[in-house]
This record gives sequence, structure tokens and C-alpha cells, in this order.
Amino acid sequence: MANSTARKVQLMDYDRALELFEPALGFEVHVELNTKTKMFCGCANEFGSGANTNTCPTCLGLPGGMPQVNEKAIESSIRLGLALGCEIAESSRFARKNYFYPDLAKDFQTSQYDEPIAHDGSITIELESGREITIAIERAHMEEDAGKLTHVGGATGRIHGADHSLVDFNRGGVPLVEIVTKIIEGAEADAPEVGRAYVRVIRDIVKGLGISNARMEEGNVRCDANISLRPRGTTTLGTRTETKNVNSLRSIERAVRYEIQRQAAILEAGGTIVQETRHWHEDSGTTSAGRPKSDADDYRYFPEPDLVPVAPSREWVEELRGTLPEPPATRRKRLTAEWGFTALEFQDVANADLLDEVEATIAAGAGPAAARKWWTGEIARLANAQNVPAGTLVSPRHVAELAALVDSGTLTDRLARQVLEGVIAGEGGPQEVVDARGLAVVSDDGALIAAIDEALAAQPDVLAKIRDGKVQAAGAVIGAVMKAMKGQADAARVRELILERAAATE
Amino acid sequence: MTDLTRLSASDLAERLASREVSSEEAVRAHLDRIEAVDADVHAFLHVAADKALRTAAEIDGRRAAGERLGPLAGVPIAIKDVLATEDMPSTAGSKILEGWLPPYDATVVRRLREADLVPLGKTNMDEFAMGSSTEHSAYGPTRNPWDLERIPGGSGGGSAAAVSAFEAPIALGSDTGGSIRQPAAVTGSVGVKPTYGGVSRYGAIALASSLDQVGPVSRTVLDAGLLHDVIGGHDPLDSTSLSDTWPSMADAARAGRREGALSGVRVGVIRELAGEGFQKGVKQRFDEALVLLESAGAEIVEVGAPSFEYAVSAYYLILPAEASSNLARFDSVRFGLRVNPSDPPVTVERVMAATRDAGFGPEVKRRIILGTYALSAGYYDAYYGSAQKVRTLIQRDFSAAFEKVDVLVSPSAPTTAFKLGEKIDDPMAMYLNDITTIPANLAGIPGMGLPIGLAPEDGLPVGMQLMAPARADARLYTYGSALERLLEEQWGHTLLSQAPDLSATEMFASEEGAV
Amino acid sequence: MSETSAGEISAEQVAHLANLARIDLSPEELESLTKELGQIVESVAKVQEVAGPDVPATSHPLPLTNVFRQDVVRPSLTVEQALSGAPEREGDRFSVATILEEE
Repeated sequence: MANSTARKVQLMDYDRALELFEPALGFEVHVELNTKTKMFCGCANEFGSGANTNTCPTCLGLPGGMPQVNEKAIESSIRLGLALGCEIAESSRFARKNYFYPDLAKDFQTSQYDEPIAHDGSITIELESGREITIAIERAHMEEDAGKLTHVGGATGRIHGADHSLVDFNRGGVPLVEIVTKIIEGAEADAPEVGRAYVRVIRDIVKGLGISNARMEEGNVRCDANISLRPRGTTTLGTRTETKNVNSLRSIERAVRYEIQRQAAILEAGGTIVQETRHWHEDSGTTSAGRPKSDADDYRYFPEPDLVPVAPSREWVEELRGTLPEPPATRRKRLTAEWGFTALEFQDVANADLLDEVEATIAAGAGPAAARKWWTGEIARLANAQNVPAGTLVSPRHVAELAALVDSGTLTDRLARQVLEGVIAGEGGPQEVVDARGLAVVSDDGALIAAIDEALAAQPDVLAKIRDGKVQAAGAVIGAVMKAMKGQADAARVRELILERAAATE
Repeated sequence: MTDLTRLSASDLAERLASREVSSEEAVRAHLDRIEAVDADVHAFLHVAADKALRTAAEIDGRRAAGERLGPLAGVPIAIKDVLATEDMPSTAGSKILEGWLPPYDATVVRRLREADLVPLGKTNMDEFAMGSSTEHSAYGPTRNPWDLERIPGGSGGGSAAAVSAFEAPIALGSDTGGSIRQPAAVTGSVGVKPTYGGVSRYGAIALASSLDQVGPVSRTVLDAGLLHDVIGGHDPLDSTSLSDTWPSMADAARAGRREGALSGVRVGVIRELAGEGFQKGVKQRFDEALVLLESAGAEIVEVGAPSFEYAVSAYYLILPAEASSNLARFDSVRFGLRVNPSDPPVTVERVMAATRDAGFGPEVKRRIILGTYALSAGYYDAYYGSAQKVRTLIQRDFSAAFEKVDVLVSPSAPTTAFKLGEKIDDPMAMYLNDITTIPANLAGIPGMGLPIGLAPEDGLPVGMQLMAPARADARLYTYGSALERLLEEQWGHTLLSQAPDLSATEMFASEEGAV
Repeated sequence: MSETSAGEISAEQVAHLANLARIDLSPEELESLTKELGQIVESVAKVQEVAGPDVPATSHPLPLTNVFRQDVVRPSLTVEQALSGAPEREGDRFSVATILEEE
């Protein structure tokens, strides 16, 4: 299957597009909750199980099956709503969204319609430039996921050209929270970054709440981006497209940018935008038309008769409010100030997802600069090489210990890296590795002097130069001494001693 | 030797408990009876003879070993085919589920097995419980044991016919708009629709989720109470089931046998359902029953329920709307029928449409399309939305009535059993059969149908409906049992004892004035 | 799709509804259904007479709220049980014909 189309898609230059048009955005983010069981039944909510091993009459849509609401999912949804600054509904209802699809076991999705659990919130995001934007949240509601389809026989495993399809209902019924923004206007040229930053904040929030594994690459957080353009100076919103299948923060940014360019080119040429679903293609960096939105999208919503309203008491809501962690933006400001980092330095840590580790390392006694250096430097390097998250390699406590050993002069930076390897290999904590491997810097001057004398004797011309006042010549001797000491010496002290010896033995 | 099939469930249970009779004997007697008459009656879609005998023998063994068993242990029971049974096909009367063996038991089925009742088989019904005559079953109609040319009522005609033909002493049914109470009326048997949420719906193939209830079908009020006690109560798998602790309905029935059970009881006659426009003999027997109640000390009060005029309309909007959604799952993917379109392309969308065309009967299609319409964009408020408001008004009418009376009564159906084929081509005429029973489903209150005599003009059974406030099911059993006693004393026998002898070679309707 | 006054229903509408409901209808079925539904819709439309704006809707006959289940795993069906009714299967999955529309 080729991605190339006979007709090449025109794209307008981005800056020109923004000159002529004003973008309006909207995002629908689906968050997969990490509850133990599904939304409406007691089947396990887990990944990687054999096909159709986690189903029951309810989530398999068998005749006679009936739903039972997962209390933990309600709790997580309320906490998420609060973290998004939303009002939590006094009374909330489930509704049926009716449509036919082979991965939808009941051929309706139990969702929420006009009485969502949370509504009317807002969050503030910060762009790299420092610009802050407040995103208004329309609603957050609960629903269930569909099963998983595998298409067989086509060239790339996609629907087109497939011979038949297979359905696994293990993921059918998994709890989702859908977060819908109000229309975002005024993002202007920052629109692509706004999308990326917004979803990043959502991801950080749900991760911080502990309600989702929050891995976009695993589909825990999914984003649909709505984009429309209107000619500058007009007020009516343009026709929007909805782009799905954007699986990473980078994709969101690219997809928003692409759609703006694509729509601008069409509008400029006098064409009209088709209201449709589009698919993002990561490999080509383009969107392609899916199916048009039409009258056929009559979902015939009505209140779910097999479930009763959810009316969270105000006491319960306040109790849950008390469990909220610090909002990411507030945390970021506080830590940046506390640690004395520049915005870029802080960004490094945040982008590498090492905020928690650095914070814990500092709490264990390390200085902020050292903590940052170790985590974003050597540890991140080793983690990338092994393709594992940095936090799994070594504990913050050990990193703090390591930093302390360098601070006290027990280890040089180079020695510390060897010690780190030992700690990661499981040989014990830093001090243990130092002791076991004998890696401490030698602080006994006597041993150093002996090595120095030997080195000076071996290089008499250097000795002469030093006595002559050419102290730079000491460098040659330092190298020899460090080698003899197997690196376990403080180079600065060695230099001091060399100069002393050179003077003393005159 | 007593004909075991003529015993009530409670009498049979007594003999089983005393070990005068074994469950295996009782089951065998009923299987023999089924074999003798069901070719004519067609109450059963499936008979599980071997399994029933094995289950009975196993129960006998435990009893012989001294184990103490429940009040209905060893008693055979028929189960409406709307309920999921792991060991018997569950078709809901539809071709789309032909031969479907569920991988689980409905909660009520599990409870009756745990109570050591012996399932005999699955009974016939209108397809997906849509109907009032069992003529819409995809497997052929059931015939009324009183006159095999007539309908046994619906949708639960099979269960009602089974008990009134003595093929089973008790049965399980389901009631969405009268599907237990109306068949009870036209077959001379007893049937109860519990308070909504009183009995679990988990495993009952859903028709209209806000109206459906599972309930007992029997020949006596006490038997219905005994069965109600087994199946009722909270089920965590059904989020609409009530957590109330219920009193024993059997005890409530027994309380109705005491002297003075009806004195001072205020009995409300609903003006709109008092029998105007009903069949003459139906109205006559109803009025006579009122006189009987009065003579036992009850006070008859007339009450009005003006919104009942809209009940049938509201019902035929709410039911199809919910049903259109509940029946969407019959899509050829995970269970049931799969039919490929006769011409290419063979896409899943076309397979679904071809399957549902082949698998659903005309009444089901009619209601699904109607329900889809009632929910569709632009029509929701006018139809489904408005119907839900009528529901509020009907609840208010009932609340107002129950301020003045303890129990409400009406004929269970406007006519006696009509002939097969008589109303099948006129959907609205068929729908009007439910005019008396629909309000209780809309309001969620409990209702009982019990026999009050035979209509003089055709000698066919007439039933009376009792309704009580939500959660006051016990009241139905007490007053129903009291009325039952009065009637049987007056007649000198039970009504069903007058039913024609089916095992004779020819069928005949009962004589006029058999009561 | 043209709007018709309350109580009337056109064949075009019925065909559209049948498509929404995924039911194939023969031309004869379409015709008779349109007629029957027209009659039914006409009579049930009377609910609008009393459904004033001040009357609340009741969707549950007995009002309950906050019925929850603890987040504790319950035994699922075995794979064989889950697949037991499958009209067509491949391995442990349900098999369906090609899908025309993307979701």
C-alpha cells in the first residue's frame, strides 16, 4: 500500500497561513484508568492477557448481561475533575450512545451525555516562550472502551484491503474518562505547541493523581484534535476537522500544524473544508480523510435504564479534594525557585520525566545541581542505552549518597561514575561499592609522595623545569601519578604535593 | 394413587418432605403429562427430561441421607425461555437465538437450583416478550388449555399454559406490560409481577429495562408466594435491584386465609379500568368479585386515574425505544444467528443487516424501528421524552389513589381468550389488550392476576388484577389469598379443576356457567 | 430527510431508520411497516398532550442512587465459554467479515 496519492496535497506556508487565517482548536483526550477491574463489571483491567480471557456476560454483551458501576472509577473521575478545576455534578447519569460496530459488544457504548460527572473547569499551560494560556474545560465524563480489532489479510494490517477481522473483547469495558475542551481561540501561531503542551499537562495530571499509567505510546492517553480556520477579520468559526490516531505529544504538534497548513491552502484556493474525521499518519507526517460526519451519526442518546444516577455527596467530594497532589504548574514554579534552576535547566529535567527522581534525591540530601547533573547526565545515558526508565536503575537515596561522596572528596567525578555502575549492577549502596572495590580517593599523603617521587625520578627534565618556575610542567607528572594511583587520587592535591616535593628536594 | 400433576406445589412439597412421594416420581409424572398433552398445547420449547430426572434423584438421595431441604425442594418447575439457563437453550422465542446455550445461569435460575427446584424445561413466549398472545413466537404458538383454538395470552403464554395444563405446578415468567398477569387471566392461573427491582433481572434477556420484571406463575396464590420467596431479593449484579429485606410472601399468603383478613381493607376500583367497554362476562365476574370482597368486610372505593388514558401510548414509546437499544447486540458477531447477504460485498455491516432481517419476526422489527424513531434526533422530546413525563403522571395518579385505598383492583384483561389469528393483523388492537396491566409496569408497582371465574358467554377464564404500592408486594398475597379462598369456597372447587380434559382425543370448550 | 408533522412517517424515514437499526427490509416489508408505523405513531403521539414543560421525566420507576461495586476482580468466563456462541472464530477471537466503515 502506498501512501503517495495521485494528487499531491497542497500545504500553505505556515507563517502565511497564520497571516491569513485564525485557527480555532479543540481537544478531546481519552484517559484510560488503571483500576483493577472494568468500568461496569468485575473482569480484570489488564494488558497482555490471552484474547478473550477477561470477559463476562456483561462486557461481552451477552443477552441478559447487566452493568455494575466501579466505585474506584467514580472516585478517579471525580479527582480528575477536581484537578481540572471542574464543578463536580450533584447528580450525574450514564447514557447509551447507540451505534453498530463489531468491537462494541452491546452495539451501544455506556457513556454520559447531558449529565457528566464534571464540567466547567480550566487549566493553565505554559509554553516554552513563557507565554501562559488558560484552556477552558467543557466537561469530563466517564465511559467504557471498546474491544480490539485486528484486520487480517490486508497489506499493512489496516482496514483497507483486509479480508476479514478478528475481535478481542479483553479491553472492552475498560474505564475511560473523556476530557473535552471548549473552543480554544487566540492560540495563534502557537497552536501546535498549545496542543502538545495541553496534552502533556493532562498526562502529568493523571500521572500525578495515580489514576492512569499515562503512557501515550501504550494508548493510556489518547488525543483527538479539532482544528478549524477562519479568515482574519471574520467572526464565524470555520468548518472543523477531527484528527485521530495522534499517539504522541510530538504527533499532536505536527498534526495541528499540518492541518492548519492544509486547510489554509484549500480555503485560499476558494475551496471548502469537509467536516470529517481525519487520520494522522506518523510516517508521512500527513492526515488523510476518514469518513465524513453525517446524519448517520445519530447516536440516539437516552439515559441508561440499567444504571441509577451517581450523586456524589459534597462531603465525599471535599474528602477527595484533600487527596489531590500539587498541580503541575504550581509545582514547577515552586521547584524552579527552590532549586535555583534556569527555566531551561528545569525543562531538561521535566522533559526527561525525571522531576520525581530529582526531587527525591534532593530530599535525600543532595544539592539540586548535583541531582540534576547525575540524573539527566550519566543515569539518563545508561537508561537510554538499556532502554529502561531511569528511575528503575538506581534509587534517589543512592544518588544522593554518591553526590555526598564526591562532595566530601572521597570520590572524584570519574571514580563516582565507576561506583554508580557498581550500584546499578546490584553490588550494594555507594559506600559498599567503594569499600568492596577499593575505589576511594587515596587521602594518605605518604602514599602519594611515594608515587610522586618515583614519577619525578623518572622524568628529571620535568623536575628541572619545575624548579625553574615552569609549574605547568607538573602536568606531565600528574598524569603519571594518577595512572600509578589507578585514578584514586585527587589531582589537585597531587599537583600541590609535586610542587612541594620539587621545592623540598632541591 | 393421586395424580401428582394435580397437586399444588405446596401440597406436593409437603409430600416430598414427608417422603411419601419422591421427587423422581413427581418429575416423572409431569414429564408423562407433558408427553401426553404438549403436542397440542405446545407450552414447551425444550424439555430436559434426562437432566430433570437426574436432578430429582440427586435431591431424593440427599433427603434420604437426612439433609434438611428448602420448602420447595424437589418440586418441578418450568422456566420461560427469556431466562438464561446454562444447560438448556435460551431463545427468547426468537430464531436469532435458535439453539443458543448461554455460558451462565440467570440469577433467578441459580437461586431456584440452589433451592433444589427441578427445571423441567423452557416455555414458549412471544418473540423477545413482544406480544399479548404468544402468536409472535418464532417457534409456533402455544394454545390455551381451555380451548386449543384460542390464545393463552402473552408474552408468557407458555408458562401460563404449562401450569394450567398441569404440565408443571409452577413456572417462572417475566412481565413488561402484563406478560405474566394477562396470560394468568385467560388461562385461569395465578401470576405476579413484583415491585420493580424486587427480583433480579440479571440473566433475563432484556426487552425494556425500566419495565421488565421476573415473577412467579402458578395455580395458587400460596404457590406463587413460595416461588417469589425463592427468587426475590437484592442482586449485586443488577444495579436496579432493591436492597430491601422482604417479608415472606408465602407467609403473607397464609395470613390471607385467616378470618377477617379483608375486614376494613379499602379496595380501590379504578374508574378508567372498571370494565366499561370490556367484554360483558369479564365485567360481570369483576363486579361479582367486588361484591364478594365487600361481603368479607372490605370497603369498595372508586378512584380516578386520569393519566391512564395515556398509559398505552407512553408504553408503546418507552418499550420500543429501550428495546431497540437492548436488541442491538443481536448482530451476528458473538452469538446467535449469522446470515450472509445473498449478494456481494460481504461486509460486516451487511451481514448484520441480513442476519437481523432473517432472525427477527415482524413484530420485533416493527418495535425496533418505532423505538429507533422515538429516540432519533429531532423526535426525542416529542416521543420518548414525552412518554417519560406521562410516566411521572401515572405514578402521581397511583400515589394519590393509594392515599385513599390499600389495594387497587381491575379486570386483568378486557376480554377472555380470543381466537388464534383474530388480532394478529392489527397491532394497535393487540396493544390494547394490555390496557389494564401496563400502568403498573410504568409506575414500578407490584401486580397480581388471579382467576375470578368463567365468563358466562363463552365459559372461558376471567382474571382480576390487584395492585399495591411499591414494596407492598406482601399485601397482594394476603388479599389475593383471601379472595381466592372466598371464591373457592363459593365454587366448591378450584377454577382449574374445571378445565377441559386435554388427554381426551377431542378438545372442547368448557360448558357455560361451569362456575 | 424531510420533516413530517408529528404522527406521520414516510417510507423514506422508515428506510433510514431501518439502516440505523441495521435491519434489511424487503420492499414489501418497507411498505407495510410504513403503513403500520404511521398508525401507531399517530396514536402514541397523544402523549404530547399532557407532557407539559413543568412535568419532570421519570426514567427509573423506583429512585435509587449511588449503587456501586467495589474495584475487586471477579472470575471471568473461560475463553471457551466466551467463544461458545461464536458463529465464526479464529483461535481465541471472534471472526467477522470485512469492515466497510472506519469507526
